[in-house]
Amino acid sequence: MPDSLLPRDGLVIVAKRDCPTCVLVEPVMQNLDRAGPLTVFSQDDPTFPSGVRSVIYDSELERSFHLKIEAVPTLIRFAGGQEVERAVGWHRTEWLRVAGEAAEGEGLPAWQPGCGSKSVEPGVQEALIARYGETGLQSRAIALGHWDDPIEACFERGWSDGLPVVPPTDERILRMLAGTERKPDEIVGSIPPNLSPCTVEKVAINAVMAGCKPEYMPVVLGVLEAALDPLFTLHGLLCTTHFSGPLVIINGPVAKSIGMNSGVNALGQGNRANATIGRALQLVVRNVGGGIPGAIDRATLGNPGKYTFCFAEDESDPAWEPLAQRRGIAAGRNAVTLFHGEGVHGFIDQKSRTPEELVRSLAMGLFGVGHPKLVRAGNAVLVLSPEHYRIFKDGGWSRRQIEDGLYEALKRPGKDLAWGAQNVAEGIPPKHADEMMDKFDPPPDGVLIVRAGGPAGLFSAIIGGWPGQRVREECQAVTREIRP
Amino acid sequence: MTYVEKLRDPTSETSPTRRARLAPPASLDGKTVALMDIGKSRGKEFIDRLEGHFRKAGIATKRYAKPTNTKVAPLAVMQQIAAEAQLAVIALSD
Repeated sequence: MPDSLLPRDGLVIVAKRDCPTCVLVEPVMQNLDRAGPLTVFSQDDPTFPSGVRSVIYDSELERSFHLKIEAVPTLIRFAGGQEVERAVGWHRTEWLRVAGEAAEGEGLPAWQPGCGSKSVEPGVQEALIARYGETGLQSRAIALGHWDDPIEACFERGWSDGLPVVPPTDERILRMLAGTERKPDEIVGSIPPNLSPCTVEKVAINAVMAGCKPEYMPVVLGVLEAALDPLFTLHGLLCTTHFSGPLVIINGPVAKSIGMNSGVNALGQGNRANATIGRALQLVVRNVGGGIPGAIDRATLGNPGKYTFCFAEDESDPAWEPLAQRRGIAAGRNAVTLFHGEGVHGFIDQKSRTPEELVRSLAMGLFGVGHPKLVRAGNAVLVLSPEHYRIFKDGGWSRRQIEDGLYEALKRPGKDLAWGAQNVAEGIPPKHADEMMDKFDPPPDGVLIVRAGGPAGLFSAIIGGWPGQRVREECQAVTREIRP
Repeated sequence: MTYVEKLRDPTSETSPTRRARLAPPASLDGKTVALMDIGKSRGKEFIDRLEGHFRKAGIATKRYAKPTNTKVAPLAVMQQIAAEAQLAVIALSD
């Protein structure tokens, strides 16, 4: 701290009017002022305390920050420019030790705790570090002109997905980093296509830009780690001509704790966590990895989910086995599943009343993924709405029965699918004409069933996968536990 | 208005902090060059000479003008140039 901000000798008290203990000791402060050199740094009111000659309004909290004030009132004695003693809150014995008999405080209780310093209020600490301290941030600083609009500057530098981003200032990045226990310089992985090393700090910067809250950081990091699993084949997904992009499904208590939506409009807009976690992944790919549409991203049409595509599973029914548990994660743990999603296809069935009817009907809808005459050209996610789920539940069907039922209902005779069959050129090679063909991989990978959605509507959602999934050993959906 | 004056780079930092200029095209074949008169005196003469050179070289041109040299080009003019031409020459003369 610059020497000019503090007295070399004498007493300093940091206080605020909004603190009852500070108000309680106002007569003590007046008494100390009469007894010797005293400077009061007032955090919230330049007229408080009254009757003290040297009151300095610490409105920017610079002095409070440098003095590392955590609670007010804090009494400090300086000698020769050095702090020699300190007392926090009001404690008569302590104040007498630091300031002598003028701090007797006759008539006051012997002890009363102080209040939190304004310099350590949520969000303030990081702003003060950014302004007056050492941030430790390693990413290079980009200087803007005084009149440059930072949002426009982000657009101009190509950092945006087409929507405005939150400008990544030091205080916002520090707040984001506070959301994870992981060190800023830890390498999360190499981001395709450029295989650029990505630190936790870079993830935090892009999470800021996406609009995330700090408490989303463990999820964002978990999503990125899952996306970087070689089995997910992120490089291939981002450069494909196909529609697909990363679809993020969250399981576990974290979904509720950060306020994710698994209910009404779960696949739509309006929920910050859903919207920004998926977006953060895409911004990391774009900015750190260099995955730019029109450059390495060669999608013929793409899909709106490439801005963001993220939701949580409805785990409210204990009878239902959530997706993550089905894919090997222990119950009660937080997990992310990454799938190569092409977009939402609405499925309507308002007539089926039994599991057998509904599973056959769903299979008809699922057969449309990619093309009705193509098989093993990508898997699918089935988002089962509450009203459709109730038909299975009332019929006594578990997740595994639904999976098996769909697997059987999704077989077709090869002759119906062969090139030219049904007067449609597209299809499968005729050598399979005498076989029964599976539309998707066997359970649990072929159709990933997830429960989500609002209470009304006999609708479910089919999200087609990516033809890259046809080589099972090389490319599949990935489920990973989320670390704190 | 208070704007921030420093951001942190979200990229892998393999490119310069300043935006790179677009590389000049390898050839002008098939391209249309916008000739933009910014409205200063004798700009028209300069544009006329350029237009003649381009015509001799068989390169298509289109002419545009700003209403005044004291202000940036209207958005509609810039959008029209972007839609109709692949390159632009801005005539600055006095």
